[in-house]
Amino acid sequence: MSLLRTEQLQKHFGETRAVDNVNFVVEQGEVLSLIGSNGAGKTTLVNLISGLLSPDSGKIFLQEQDITSTGVYDRIKAGIARSFQIVNLFDQLTALDNVALTIFSRQGKTQRLTALAANDRAVTDEALTVLDAFGLQDRWNIPAIGLAQGERKLLDVAVAYALRPHLLFLDEPTSGVSTRDKGRVMDTITSVVRSGHITAVIIEHDMDVVFTYSDRIVVMHEGAILADGTPADIRANAAVATTLLGTPTAE
Amino acid sequence: MNSANIAARSLKPLRLLLAVSPIAVLLLCIPYLTNPYQTLILAYGLIMAIAALGFNLLLGYTGLLSFGHSAYFGVGAYAVAFMVKYLHVRSMELFVLGGLLATVLLTALFGIICVRYTRIFFSILTMALSQVLWSLAYKFFWVTGGTDGLRVPTPSLLAGMVDATKLSYGGKVVTYYYYVLFFFFLSVGLMWIIVHSPFGTALQAIRDNETRAAFVGVRVQRFRWLAFLVSGIFTGLAGILWVPLNGLTTPDILVWTFSGRIVFFTVLGGFRSFVGPILGAVVFNYLETYAISATVYWQFVLGAVLVVLVLVMPTGLVGLLSRLAYAVRRAT
Repeated sequence: MSLLRTEQLQKHFGETRAVDNVNFVVEQGEVLSLIGSNGAGKTTLVNLISGLLSPDSGKIFLQEQDITSTGVYDRIKAGIARSFQIVNLFDQLTALDNVALTIFSRQGKTQRLTALAANDRAVTDEALTVLDAFGLQDRWNIPAIGLAQGERKLLDVAVAYALRPHLLFLDEPTSGVSTRDKGRVMDTITSVVRSGHITAVIIEHDMDVVFTYSDRIVVMHEGAILADGTPADIRANAAVATTLLGTPTAE
Repeated sequence: MNSANIAARSLKPLRLLLAVSPIAVLLLCIPYLTNPYQTLILAYGLIMAIAALGFNLLLGYTGLLSFGHSAYFGVGAYAVAFMVKYLHVRSMELFVLGGLLATVLLTALFGIICVRYTRIFFSILTMALSQVLWSLAYKFFWVTGGTDGLRVPTPSLLAGMVDATKLSYGGKVVTYYYYVLFFFFLSVGLMWIIVHSPFGTALQAIRDNETRAAFVGVRVQRFRWLAFLVSGIFTGLAGILWVPLNGLTTPDILVWTFSGRIVFFTVLGGFRSFVGPILGAVVFNYLETYAISATVYWQFVLGAVLVVLVLVMPTGLVGLLSRLAYAVRRAT
């Protein structure tokens, strides 16, 4: 049984077929990369699965449970989490509070009005452990707005990770990160994800990153799945080479 | 490493209480240091501070600018006046209970309507709803007294143990001042805990980024509604405490300019800090009292203060004071 699958999933924006009859499958435990040129429908697909958008038609199954019409809240409770392409953090809160809030939320403690958040030792301890895993432990007391871009990207992933999801979507975790830091960011993310046995779907543009870190690659083009296979399969695929990787005929 | 950070992060309420105790002692001594008139002005200031504390839970912590908090102040005040007129209640404790009940009901209802919107739409909607209450109070004069308002005589305090009607004017003021001070301490303490609770963190998360808040499992609309409710309750309590002191409630406290005053206090003090609205309310209250007695152009004075505030002190009095403190520390 696959962890997640979509059935004939469709989302059009006017004339644009952002996601067009997509049957997308995620297997338990894999690190999967979703690639494709700008406008291929990758982010829309993730938005549909995470609940930010509702599909025009088609179905989404998580462990064979139909979740097509459930809200964001229920999908999070079911174990789907995501990070964002453009960093989405709580800017005035410290790095630690960004993560601590997520833990409070997961534990159902956010409706407590009369407990002091900072004095919940177990939550603080767990939040520090999460920051530690992402190499942000020394920055715990800095408001998110004051962190460097690479750190913000990592914190964005750390916030999603602190939900302890089964399935984690990462929308371009290295966009805006300098080429020099990309390897470090991806090393950190993939090692945390793999050691936590979390299934991850990564949207990525950088082909070096994709081929280095994925178990499987799904290529999208104009709203549809163009190819699906191991990094070696994708590298050898002529159609992908023409549309995506850029060959003399495509230029 | 972690244990040191945990220790650095944890809040120490008792130590904080000790640090603010000189201010608390000063407030307790005010009736003995000054005359009843000064005590009275401060009582008004402390009541407005409670209203502003409630208001700022929405503005400073949840990122919602309400332009209709006159409604919650007003419902507290009018609920007390109705209890006097129709139920012949004279006990302040019953005023507080009944007034809070009315405030909870109205705030819960208005909140359901308002929290569906944010930004300017939220502000306009809160304002429109408060104007509805104002027009009801204005038009249904056989119930509400219209522009004449409703009288609220001096109530008995502490379940009738203190019959304020038998006290001298000065005695009345001082007794009532301590009554207000008790609720002021209670409100400040309670609000401090609320903004530092997991709930308070969730509100700030909503303020900073509502999409992300939803994606970590915060039910944004429900939390906005809860914040709205808590905010309204504090402002309603201020209305309840205000009306026996003023002796009268009129539709003036329901009109949108009264909401504007609450916004003014909070911006004056600084909405980015916990203390800002408290300081702003007390200072504004003095400013207004002395501007009115000093000049017939007092509204001009307040307008000028507002312009200066927006142009040169966007962080309010608290921001100014902390910058001064920083400069002094660097100089020494």
